[in-house]
Amino acid sequence: MFKTGRRGTDILNRDFIQKLEEISGVENIKTSTAARLSYSYDATAGFQSMPDLIISPRNTSEVSQIVKLCNEQGVPIVPRGSGTNLAAGTTPTKGGVVLIFNNMDQIVELDEENLTLTVEPGVLTETVHGYVEDNGLFYPPDPSSGKISTIGGNISENSGGLRGLKYGVTKDYVLALEAVLPNGDIIYTGGKLAKDVAGYDFKSLLVGSEGTLAIVTQATLKLIPKPPSKQTMVVIYKSMEEAAEAISAILANRIIPATLEFMDQETIRVVEDYKQIGLPTDCEALLLIEQDGPEAVVANDIEKINEICQWFGAISITRAANEQEAESLRRARKDALSCLAQLTPTTILEDATVPRSEIAKMVKAITETAEKYNVRIQTFGHAGDGNLHPTCVTDERNKEEIERVEQAFAEIFQIAVDMGGTITGEHGVGEMKSSYLEWKIGREGIELMKSIKKAIDPNNIMNPGKMFAKSTKKRVVVSR
Amino acid sequence: MSTLEMQEKIQQGFQEEIEETKLLDCMRCGFCLPACPTYVHSNYDETQSPRGRIALMKAVRDGDIPFDGSVEESIDLCLGCRACEPACPAGVEYGSLLESARNVIQRETNAPIKEKAARKVAFDYLFQNQSVMEKATSFVKFYQRSGLQTLTRKMGILSFFPSTMKEMEKVIPRIEKSNVKKGMVYEGKSKKTKVAFFTGCLMDTMFAKTNEATINVLQELGCDVWVPENQVCCGALQGHSGELEKARENAKVNLRQFLAEDVDYIVNNAGGCGAFLSEYDHLLEGEDYELLEQAKQFSRKSIDITQLVYELGITKEALTYKQQSTVTVTYQDSCHLRNVSRVKDAPREILKAINNVHYVELEGSDHCCGSAGIYNLSQPEMSMKILDDKMEYVNETQARILVTTNPGCLLQMKLGIEREGLSDQMEAMHLIDFIHDYIL
Repeated sequence: MFKTGRRGTDILNRDFIQKLEEISGVENIKTSTAARLSYSYDATAGFQSMPDLIISPRNTSEVSQIVKLCNEQGVPIVPRGSGTNLAAGTTPTKGGVVLIFNNMDQIVELDEENLTLTVEPGVLTETVHGYVEDNGLFYPPDPSSGKISTIGGNISENSGGLRGLKYGVTKDYVLALEAVLPNGDIIYTGGKLAKDVAGYDFKSLLVGSEGTLAIVTQATLKLIPKPPSKQTMVVIYKSMEEAAEAISAILANRIIPATLEFMDQETIRVVEDYKQIGLPTDCEALLLIEQDGPEAVVANDIEKINEICQWFGAISITRAANEQEAESLRRARKDALSCLAQLTPTTILEDATVPRSEIAKMVKAITETAEKYNVRIQTFGHAGDGNLHPTCVTDERNKEEIERVEQAFAEIFQIAVDMGGTITGEHGVGEMKSSYLEWKIGREGIELMKSIKKAIDPNNIMNPGKMFAKSTKKRVVVSR
Repeated sequence: MSTLEMQEKIQQGFQEEIEETKLLDCMRCGFCLPACPTYVHSNYDETQSPRGRIALMKAVRDGDIPFDGSVEESIDLCLGCRACEPACPAGVEYGSLLESARNVIQRETNAPIKEKAARKVAFDYLFQNQSVMEKATSFVKFYQRSGLQTLTRKMGILSFFPSTMKEMEKVIPRIEKSNVKKGMVYEGKSKKTKVAFFTGCLMDTMFAKTNEATINVLQELGCDVWVPENQVCCGALQGHSGELEKARENAKVNLRQFLAEDVDYIVNNAGGCGAFLSEYDHLLEGEDYELLEQAKQFSRKSIDITQLVYELGITKEALTYKQQSTVTVTYQDSCHLRNVSRVKDAPREILKAINNVHYVELEGSDHCCGSAGIYNLSQPEMSMKILDDKMEYVNETQARILVTTNPGCLLQMKLGIEREGLSDQMEAMHLIDFIHDYIL
């Protein structure tokens, strides 16, 4: 599991390091043992690999020079935000240079006429939220790690979040990018434009490319007016099936809530243990539902949702009386993963996603699969958009159990794909899920990706070992 | 001892003394990062973060990397403020991991001579022996009274010392002789509660006045206050710097002293000491059953003065600031009071309950001020960076009085005020002094 940098000092010789120092300054380069170890991981259990060097460029021109140098010497580059990735997307699998953006963390411009915000990649997601909301505006993507994740990381991973159902994900809010290609070229793609059909849409190609094609050095984000009001409610169901039926019914009734989140019983128990906010621990499903918008519309929608939830047998419906209560309910869902982490030494979080019409079936299939392989899998997630987070609590030191966990997840991925879903809704492929990618996009899809990768990054220096697997996992035959 | 031998000893020490399961509790979600002052003030360097430090401990323990100067620096630079603990959703016991790691490192390496010397004097001599501490502070007292202080200031003798020391010298309070009699019971106005008072070593000497105020306030609120005679330093400074054995010795003495009588609470007025007292049961894990039970009892009864005063109902009284018609006040958390004892609201509620106090929340008050035990002496550069940033926010509050609840923080805040040149407009005070001098 633990790999030291493959390259070591044979490539990263004194001469190479000196050239980097000339570009970004001695103070912005780290090679100590402690620094290399500290950039060897992200938030993914079971993946770790030492880089050879960490560099903090100060501007786009420096990034371009660094990339060019690495390209000439064939040294891998891993761009990294705050390392909260859950698919081993930022572990330096092949060693090399980790590029961080702590010196490129400025908000460049708020354009109130075009409703855009231009930022450097190192700006924290939470900083963006606070800044635009202070100005009566709204940037919807809100990954659970938003308190510490960076915009650069969000763009590279096309991060989702709780508001995805109604507002979409990161890709829906990226209007323009400045990026450095592996040959050192700087491209500008998109603009402060709602409409732009000039040429291939490189911007869309780069969003979610996990640092395998280029390095984003500046982004212009789309903002929308801040919804004037918001209501939050929690609905409890005795059974999972009733909850899933209610979710489908809400959407079938032409209401799209801003948030429609789901937690299963084990998740409820653990969150309650840690947070103590009075969640009922004897029920199978909890829904966190929020609607935002003009006050009258919100009130109307919430009434309707209330009715629907009751119709499907909700045993309790709690509306947050104030923002403080609402925040603690939201926080509970956002912290669900970390709370589960307290159960056992290792937590493996997946994000198999299905069309929302299939949610009830999918949740049931996950429970059955967990039983079949005798592993503990709890599920929570973004029920409104079918993005579930089956989370396995296990112990990485128990090799035999880990094997069963892998088998269970392989089967869950297969079921999701068979239902018209995907192996990953928002975490990305990274190193972790690369061997499943073909299940989703097919051999032809992989071939096309490879030819794009080869055209842009012929020397394979950009985050190597991610997205593209040495071999694809054998498909699981699921008989049900 | 060769480097290689030292590294092996440290790996072995980590294996024996740092619990693997505690390390594995960290799932590397990164939620601790924004809470960590050294991470934020090192321009977001993962190496100086809790997640980084835990990964380093694990890697050294597992033999993935050797223990070297860079690893040591990361562990040394930690303030030990434990702000990462409330931020951690996985319940990682960071404080305990840090203490164990420092304990091993302290034992197996030759710590920097300057710091080691300072520590030797401070821990073996001053903090373990109250009467020596008293003598040392009487020397400071003599120095202040005799006019030597004025003389040295004028002649700049202190320019031989690092600039922090020079500024520190200005803010050290005038030492008054402590009128608190050890072994005494101070009777309350009415009889409701019986408390044992932990005087603390810095509080008992440099902040003797605050201790008197504490007793007075408690008497006022109906407490009999007993001051156990042979109490010693809580052991926090030793414990946090990797000298756990010395800390345990102190803890055992205090258990004997304080549990000799049946009281409702064991009260202290220093957030840092209080947190350590409340964790005596952890400190003495592995000791025999009887001692551990005593430690648990002690920890259960241990309470911070602000929390106790709050629970005794001070906010229900009609409270008025007597000096002026209104005053703006802000509050800086003591890290260990907030992050370990988890006392966050009581001091704020008390201040807000005073009629003519305009309470302004200090932005970043939950971030360490950089004092952190002897950190401001061992890591002056980082400490001053943190302090100067803090003072910018303090300035924004336009407070006349900056309240805190721990002697280290109080000195650091005084230092901050001095560095900013604000000493004519702003005063740093312990919450209890504020209540005692201006309210009750």
